Amino acid sequence: MKASLTLGKVTNFLGLGFFITLKDLFTGKLEKEEFKNFLRKTIVPLVSILLFIGLWHLGAKSLYNIEAKFKIEKALQDQGQVAADALKTCMVSGESSCQPNTLPSPSQVWNSFQSLLRDHNIISADKAAFIEKTAAMNEKRVAAGKAAIVYTGRPSFVDQVFTSLQTVFAGFLLALLIAVPLGIFIGLSPNLKSAFNWFIQIFKPVSPVVWYLLVFMIVKTLLIGSTEDSSFTISFISVGLCSMWATLVNTAMGVSTVDKDYINVAKVLKLGTFQKIFKVVLPSSLPLIFTGLKITLSVAWMVLIAIELLAQSPGLGLFVWEEFQNGANDSNAKIIVAMFAIGIIGFLLDRLMLMIQNWVSFDKTDAI
Amino acid sequence: MSTITKKEARDGIFPSSDVMLDLKDLKKVYPTPKGDYVVLEDLNLQIKKEEFVTIIGHSGCGKTTMLSMIAGLNPISGGSISVLSKHIKGPGPDRGVIFQSPSLMPWMTSLQNVMLGVNQVFPDATKKEREDVAKYYLQKVGLEDAFYKKASELSQGMQQRVGIARAFAIKPKVLLLDEPFGMLDSLTRGELQDILIEIWNKEKITAVMITHDVDEAIFLADRVVMMTSGPSAKIGDVLDINFERPRTRKSVLEHDDYYTYRKHLIDFLEH
Ligand SMILES: Nc1ncnc2c1ncn2[C@@H]1O[C@H](COP(=O)(O)OP(=O)(O)OP(=O)(O)O)[C@@H](O)[C@H]1O
Ligand SMILES: [Mg+2]
Repeated sequence: MKASLTLGKVTNFLGLGFFITLKDLFTGKLEKEEFKNFLRKTIVPLVSILLFIGLWHLGAKSLYNIEAKFKIEKALQDQGQVAADALKTCMVSGESSCQPNTLPSPSQVWNSFQSLLRDHNIISADKAAFIEKTAAMNEKRVAAGKAAIVYTGRPSFVDQVFTSLQTVFAGFLLALLIAVPLGIFIGLSPNLKSAFNWFIQIFKPVSPVVWYLLVFMIVKTLLIGSTEDSSFTISFISVGLCSMWATLVNTAMGVSTVDKDYINVAKVLKLGTFQKIFKVVLPSSLPLIFTGLKITLSVAWMVLIAIELLAQSPGLGLFVWEEFQNGANDSNAKIIVAMFAIGIIGFLLDRLMLMIQNWVSFDKTDAI
Repeated sequence: MSTITKKEARDGIFPSSDVMLDLKDLKKVYPTPKGDYVVLEDLNLQIKKEEFVTIIGHSGCGKTTMLSMIAGLNPISGGSISVLSKHIKGPGPDRGVIFQSPSLMPWMTSLQNVMLGVNQVFPDATKKEREDVAKYYLQKVGLEDAFYKKASELSQGMQQRVGIARAFAIKPKVLLLDEPFGMLDSLTRGELQDILIEIWNKEKITAVMITHDVDEAIFLADRVVMMTSGPSAKIGDVLDINFERPRTRKSVLEHDDYYTYRKHLIDFLEH
């Protein structure tokens, strides 16, 4: 009983509440009036997903036809009837080298997804074998004071996803460490508030690309002479600076609008500044701070791709860029796989934040 | 029935050693876009040690303004307020406040809410001793089963009970109450009045309470202070309530003087 209750809570949090309804349907627990609800929460989303895939399929097909027709006509003009016929049969046979390059269909994307997973398994096995093979040698090298040999093979798609997550979390952490304390100070002092206001207004709308360039200018100089690869540093700092504004503004607002009653209680009890901040001001502004952090995390994830791409730092952004440059026959499908990965991970991150927020915040109705 | 004119109240029918709270020529001006608004002017009032005073007056006459000035939460525009002959400087735990809304920190448990004040006032006591103080008062207000409940999970009435416990637990000299039961149903209100009187009686502190309820004013008070309507509100009249304590609601209602007191207050308010 208790376990299923918490399961229900968790799935509801994740926006997957319809699983529970589905379970009820099969166990026959569903009431009649709940049926409408079930329709809305389960059938409607499912139908809309199928519709989306269908439309996508048709759209991709017609784009394919346009591209194919153009290619064949071009072959006819440039190389004559024989070449055109050969191209046609090649296309119909499904041979990948002569496929038109356009929006991939859902099935192509699905195939690419599976091939990326296979690729990941191969690379992981390769890596594991490498580590096993070098383990003994590395032990000796370390004992002798030499650097261990590390695996330098190509990262798989899954590796790229994890690298991106690392960058985003580093950036998010940076944003949190800067924006929350700064927001508290700004919220507490009207003077600081007017000092920082213009600063916030001007820098908030600056685009990720410009932040990247700015960070690049500074970090490049700071790390001059160092042989370390600075692309990770540059990209996570840029992500942090880009995304911290929502948290800064929300924290400052939360802190400066604490309920007057609480402040009066703090005054009557003569709480010290430290106590006032940690026992009264901060807890009461937590909901707003979290709203800010939630926006920060989703912005961080959104700008990450662009920044990784610019910084040439490993991750999903670089993956997309390389596939685009690569122009292999399944590159487009891989880019769409990356797109879905980005979307789904972004959604899960948002839910994660919501869960943490509900967990720490006192006002259970306030979230979302 | 005896009434005291404002002059008498000011110049002391009480020996000065008996006076806990002394308001002298108190004035409050709120600046407004249309010029200054004088809420209180020439307000004089003395309150004895261990006395329970209730304050009634029309809405907007300046009761909350006066109480928040005594609490030190609202600056004085003129005159003075002293506690035990010392001018007050800002708020402090010698004057506990129970606000109209319970004003608990909703993210803390009842115990933590009370501890917030206790920790402040008894910094040298051990944690155990401080917790015992907090628990004692929570138990006094009937919350022995709710020490560890989040304030946000308590009903209005229970929250106000915590408010009462928090106020008494810091052992104030003066307890200031601004319509503390205004938001409660009459049953809960009656219970909390009894609890308030019981603890007040035991702790021997001075209480000043604003209320809109004439019966509540009579039932609780040694004296009922009536404020004139603003602007420039002052003390209009003071009524001594000579019922013996401890009082029960029944004995008060059956007392011959009850309707005389009640008529006096209502006559004042209707003018
Ligand atoms: N901060 C303020 N600035 C300007 N005017 C104010 C301010 N606070 C209160 N007032 C005005 O002062 C007057 C007295 O207000 P106060 O809240 O003290 O009345 P009250 O007697 O407590 O009323 P109620 O019985 O409705 O609680 C009112 O006219 C109110 O509008
Ligand atoms: Mg008021």
